Amino acid sequence: MSFNQSEFFDLGYLDYLSYKDTFIHRLDPRAKFIVTLVFIFMVISFPKHEISGLIPFLIFPVILVALADIPIKIILKKLIVVSPFALMVGIFNPMLDRKILISLFGIGISGGWISYLSIIIKFILTISSALILIATTSFPGICMAMENLGMPNIFILQLMFIYRYIFILGEEVVRTNNARELRSFGKKGYEILTAGNILGSLLLRTIDRSERIYQAMCARGFNGKINLFKKSRFLLKDFLYIILLSGFFIFLRLFPLSQFIGKMFI
Amino acid sequence: MSHHIIKAENIHFSYPDGTKAINGISFEIHHGESVGIIGPNGAGKSTLILQLNGFLLPTSGSFNIGGTPVTQKTKTEIRRHVGLVFQNPDDQLFMPTVFDDVAFGPLNLGLSPEAVEIKVEESLRIVGCLELKSRPSHHLSLGQKRAVSIATILAMEPDILVMDEPSSFLDNHSRREIINLLRKFHHTKIIVSHDLDLIMDVCERCIILNDGRVQADGTTKDMLLNKTLLEKNKLELPLSLQNK
Amino acid sequence: MHMADALLSPTVGLSFWAGTIATISYCARKLKNEFNDKIIPLMGVMGAFIFAGQMINFTIPATGSSGHIGGGLLLTIVLGPWAAFISIASVLFIQALFFADGGLLALGCNIWNLGIYPCFIAYPLVYKLITGSNNSNKKIMIGSILGVILGLEMGAFSVVLETVFSGITELPFLTFTSIMLPIHLLIAVVEGIVTGTIVIYVKNIQPDLFYSDNKSNNTLLNLKKVLVAMSVLALITGGMLSWFASTHPDGLEWSMGKISGREELPPKEDIFHKTLSKLQEKTAFLPDYGFKKPEMAEPEKAESEKEAWPAVSGGTSIAGILGGILTLGITILIGSVIKFFRKRSLTNTY
Repeated sequence: MSFNQSEFFDLGYLDYLSYKDTFIHRLDPRAKFIVTLVFIFMVISFPKHEISGLIPFLIFPVILVALADIPIKIILKKLIVVSPFALMVGIFNPMLDRKILISLFGIGISGGWISYLSIIIKFILTISSALILIATTSFPGICMAMENLGMPNIFILQLMFIYRYIFILGEEVVRTNNARELRSFGKKGYEILTAGNILGSLLLRTIDRSERIYQAMCARGFNGKINLFKKSRFLLKDFLYIILLSGFFIFLRLFPLSQFIGKMFI
Repeated sequence: MSHHIIKAENIHFSYPDGTKAINGISFEIHHGESVGIIGPNGAGKSTLILQLNGFLLPTSGSFNIGGTPVTQKTKTEIRRHVGLVFQNPDDQLFMPTVFDDVAFGPLNLGLSPEAVEIKVEESLRIVGCLELKSRPSHHLSLGQKRAVSIATILAMEPDILVMDEPSSFLDNHSRREIINLLRKFHHTKIIVSHDLDLIMDVCERCIILNDGRVQADGTTKDMLLNKTLLEKNKLELPLSLQNK
Repeated sequence: MHMADALLSPTVGLSFWAGTIATISYCARKLKNEFNDKIIPLMGVMGAFIFAGQMINFTIPATGSSGHIGGGLLLTIVLGPWAAFISIASVLFIQALFFADGGLLALGCNIWNLGIYPCFIAYPLVYKLITGSNNSNKKIMIGSILGVILGLEMGAFSVVLETVFSGITELPFLTFTSIMLPIHLLIAVVEGIVTGTIVIYVKNIQPDLFYSDNKSNNTLLNLKKVLVAMSVLALITGGMLSWFASTHPDGLEWSMGKISGREELPPKEDIFHKTLSKLQEKTAFLPDYGFKKPEMAEPEKAESEKEAWPAVSGGTSIAGILGGILTLGITILIGSVIKFFRKRSLTNTY
């Protein structure tokens, strides 16, 4: 798990984007969630040396970013921030798999480089589609989608509570960090013991807060189960969105579109 | 609506660690009255209002609301009649969106989805926040959060409104709006506050608490003009009266 | 360290999702039946606390780098294993969406790696056994450090297994393990100390705050239940994994290949190719990839194949590359056209 102050602000920004009003934003969260899952699954199901089959899949994030009016910068920024693990683990492929797989204009390209490139493309596709999902769907909407798809009520409640209180506790920490920075003269990070104590007091305040929230809940008739209001508006367009896009992804998975286009020019 | 009389009879309360918070409080509040409860920090104000809703039960003495004693058994019933608005709207608003938050109470009361929707819109309209309906709570200003907090309670249709510091954290404009809002309500109101000007504007009666006891109980005008009484209880004249 | 979608095969991803969802449902039922409803808001704000807490960076002595809490064990100490697991799962779910940590398919693995081990192994078998009922500061510190070490190391090892089973990277098992475990050991020691400090701080102020299961039940009994549940889950997952591993290439990929004919040999089927593919199926460890990994075959075969490979599919691969570049171009073009028109329509309306 990793989270720092700048990511906290990005979270706020993505959250802000998710309340925009575009065609994509207005689609039912369930439709968007299912389409994203189908997309990721199709991408991941390609074998490890696949490149040309993956490229047409880029059309999905690109069109969504454009239609939903999402600044491409935030998506690229997040991609770069989270890339290290996949890139570092993948870099061993070119080192270990040196078998020449194809030769292009007399230059041999090893299987390792191809599978590495494939990892990078898969990485871009899967991560950007998840980010676009959250940038086009309000988080409460996603929670509702999950509830409708059968996740346990208590899990959904956790998601909602965390979402509600991240922003409040996060700001508390930002204030603490700013206060520290004012007096630390450029030293980065807390001493371990200081960090422990700051976190300990934050923990105590958090638990006190949960007590007050519990009282506020009881004051409004809470009796163990939270009933969620289901605003179900699954329209024809949502249904079409699922069918058309899933169908398109399955088509791309089965039919080598890139090769087809390439052959038209050879 | 039945005539709800709140009756406190010789209430004593100490916390489990032995701290005595309330040492014998008695009062009676009648239907439709608007009562301010003031006093210095640690006077027992917050403890008192938590007892009105059954979150804390008196160590001795008894609370009686509309003829029903507040006990472990009756507290759920009591909470339907006594709506408590907490001091910090971030504790009061715990659901992700305004709609969900206001709908929380009516859903617990078992209303049908259509009725819930009507109730939510009605409550939000009263506090002037209908257009915030689908916004997430963390995008609201403090004044808006406060107003929505009140709407969450109004949606429960309580007979008695209890508020803890309704004007804290607010800028002048939002504070004025909250005061105007409170004046519109015909509920029985109990308002705990350090903001004596607010008490002046909203409440006709006022109770001064100090050291866990009622120090004075009377009309707001008499009490808030009495400089000696106020200073004895670590309070000051309301700002609007200080230079007169 | 988070597992990533791009390194995962669908079957490994799905089987961990299955295990994770089963555990979430089990914990949810457990909480519903046996816990006070006060735990609902507490779990929620504790999840938010973990997020916020991760923004507090502390310096790791002697390395110059900085770290932050992961929080698995800490959550378990406060909430108990059942509630903590659900809380961790929700935190990771939000991270997968908002920070793109890992991705949605890998989320099942990540919840497993960062949730199961601290909640159901490190907490009952290390922390609880060390601290016992008399929890002195020293015991809390030792329990926290060892607990975090065990939890994180098992999680890191899990990442290795998931990666290796997926077979997307070439990284050999031993190399990967020998990189992952020491890195995480260092991280774990520091996180363990911070966790211990937090617990001690809180204990000194409010000693009755932590989860304790001996109020209602006997700890040993609970531990037994946990162990039984764990081994059942492990068996199911292990069974699924080994089944998938043995039928590699996995079901979907294989059937897809069947339908499209793309994973198979190119359409020009002659006797030479047929025998070659048969031979490969016999010799290759991973039949699906065998064709692309000629070193698996016997040397002479490999040689003949080397000649065969470009001859058969050289054209296809060039077409693939060209087509890929063209598709990319078209994609970007479509994207910019939409953006352009959107902007125009927006400026027109305002």
